[in-house]
Amino acid sequence: MTTAELLGKDPVWLIVVKAVIVFAICVVSTLLAVWTERRVLAKMQLRTGPNRVGPFGLLQSLSDGVKLALKEDIIPAAADKVVFIAAPIIAAAMCFMSFAVIPMTGKVNLFGQETAMQLTDLSVGVLYILAVTSIGVYGVVLAGWSSGSTYPLLGGLRSSAQVVSYEIAMGLSLVAVFIYAGSMSTSEIINSQHDNYWNVLVLFPSFVIYVISMVGETNRAPFDLAEAEGELVGGFHTEYSSLKFALFFLAEYVNIVAVSALAATLFLGGYHAPPGLGFTEAWLGGWFTIVWFFLKVNIFFFIFMWLRATLPRLRYDQFMKFGWKVLIPVSLIWILIVATLRVIQQEGASRTVLAAFAVGLVIIAMAVSSLYERSKKKSEVPLVEGEAPDFPVPSLPGVTSLNVSQQTQTGSKNE
Amino acid sequence: MLEIATPEAVLFWVLAPLSVVAALGMLLVKKAVHSAILLAWVMVTLAIFYIAQGALFLGIVQIVVYTGAVMMLFLFILMLVGVDASDSLVETIKGLRWIAITAALGFGGLMIALIGRATLGRSYLGLDIANEDGNVEGIAVLLFSNYVFPFEVISALLITAAVGAMVLAHHQRTNHRPTQREQAIARFRTGSLGDAAGLPGPGVYALHNAVDVPALLPDGTPAPTSISATLKARGDVIDSAKFQLDVVDPTIKEEK
Repeated sequence: MTTAELLGKDPVWLIVVKAVIVFAICVVSTLLAVWTERRVLAKMQLRTGPNRVGPFGLLQSLSDGVKLALKEDIIPAAADKVVFIAAPIIAAAMCFMSFAVIPMTGKVNLFGQETAMQLTDLSVGVLYILAVTSIGVYGVVLAGWSSGSTYPLLGGLRSSAQVVSYEIAMGLSLVAVFIYAGSMSTSEIINSQHDNYWNVLVLFPSFVIYVISMVGETNRAPFDLAEAEGELVGGFHTEYSSLKFALFFLAEYVNIVAVSALAATLFLGGYHAPPGLGFTEAWLGGWFTIVWFFLKVNIFFFIFMWLRATLPRLRYDQFMKFGWKVLIPVSLIWILIVATLRVIQQEGASRTVLAAFAVGLVIIAMAVSSLYERSKKKSEVPLVEGEAPDFPVPSLPGVTSLNVSQQTQTGSKNE
Repeated sequence: MLEIATPEAVLFWVLAPLSVVAALGMLLVKKAVHSAILLAWVMVTLAIFYIAQGALFLGIVQIVVYTGAVMMLFLFILMLVGVDASDSLVETIKGLRWIAITAALGFGGLMIALIGRATLGRSYLGLDIANEDGNVEGIAVLLFSNYVFPFEVISALLITAAVGAMVLAHHQRTNHRPTQREQAIARFRTGSLGDAAGLPGPGVYALHNAVDVPALLPDGTPAPTSISATLKARGDVIDSAKFQLDVVDPTIKEEK
């Protein structure tokens, strides 16, 4: 029985219960994520981090949240009020929605019903997550615009350009997964990995591209140009306070957990135990798989923190150049290779054909890179000064243009 | 007529009026950004209708594609029209209003005629037949067999448009742009070494650190380079001397 059929049998009350559980998981994981991040960053910077409220400072983020909620809620005079209020709601709501299709356990027993800890299973589940996150960006962009102030506007614009460009790379990295799994549904992708190898091994380049673009997509360091404290104060949320700011905060962390969960689902076999530890599922029952799921999510969350502690923020043009000129072409070429290999495999070609194909690819890659190096050397030759033209032309490389404005000025003086 | 299940009917009667209101609002609101937001809303409701009708893939792709597209529209509004741009209701071309109304009526008539031709007097076949092998597979088969040529032609057209826009917007550098490294080297090679580390920040340490107060040099004189030229030109500079301590109390001993 597939997961979609299993979930189709859920009664309404069970769906409501699961929705509440998913919501609670998101909120609680945000609270824990903030605490974990502060503690881990502190460790990396040889500090202690929050350790006063509750055991190990665990309740620090809760008390911070309460404090934030009790603060004064300010709406700037120049703000567009309706959009200003709607923006954080859009941002937060969409993050929660993306969690609906993420499978957290296999088949489990919840209040006497056979089900899976997944709200719904869509045949285009992964695309659904992409769609929902791209609506979520509206929250950020509209927040930037509606604040009626310069820094938020710049932050919002940066964020929109950033997400649009990194979403392309992210979408392309997912294509290889779809080709290999033969499906776009999250549960089917997990099953296909369970039957074969994990995608992180088979599709390693896709995995790397996805991990990079997921950091870009969530506006996190080193890609946090939309909120860059040094340049833009707080970016899109500069003018927000109290609960509205808390909603953005919540959205950011839920988003991180969501993209991490998607990464675990697509590349690390989802809720299944790592190879060799499959007996844990059989011994401890379906509910134990949630432990594996959260372990994998936490690996990615740790990568997020590690990046933040290690790397300085990118300059905006470098960041865009990296997205458009490196990530997108690389993933396009990789998709081409994956698709060709897949077709060769399906046609039932022998291993020699596959090996020949791989060797051919390597030779082409080496040829292209050596040609690229040569062209690079040629372009380093300084531009040769051409003859000065007799009439004003727009300035071109190697041509000294006549300065039109100066000529007309001297002309008028002579008259 | 086709049977509509109750939840779908509820969905339709809640979202359809909202969608129509948003579509009308898109035309009637004054701020261009509000128009873009309402357009995005119309696109999302349309996607929800598609999903409710069983065209899951189409609905999701509609959101993925159009939210990105409306976002671009949003950027264009901000870059080309201005942040707080409102529509001016002045007719710049004479008779434009009447031409627009005629075109709109014609287009509406065309739509109604087409939809009527497609639905009236024909029996509803249903998506079940189309979705027999799965929604995505059904679309893929159509797209890559019957409609592969139009599909490729449209993609060629779009790529041409994108390349054309890039060519039009392209600007070739006439001189070499100094890299950060070259700039850093130049700072040390030319001028005084005093400027190499960057300009001093404004403010008097621990007493007043606003941008309009010049920093104090070790000899107690204000550092003019610590203030932005704009503030200086506006005359918004406060004298930093008044934030100095008059007498430093020598009796306060250093804490150990």
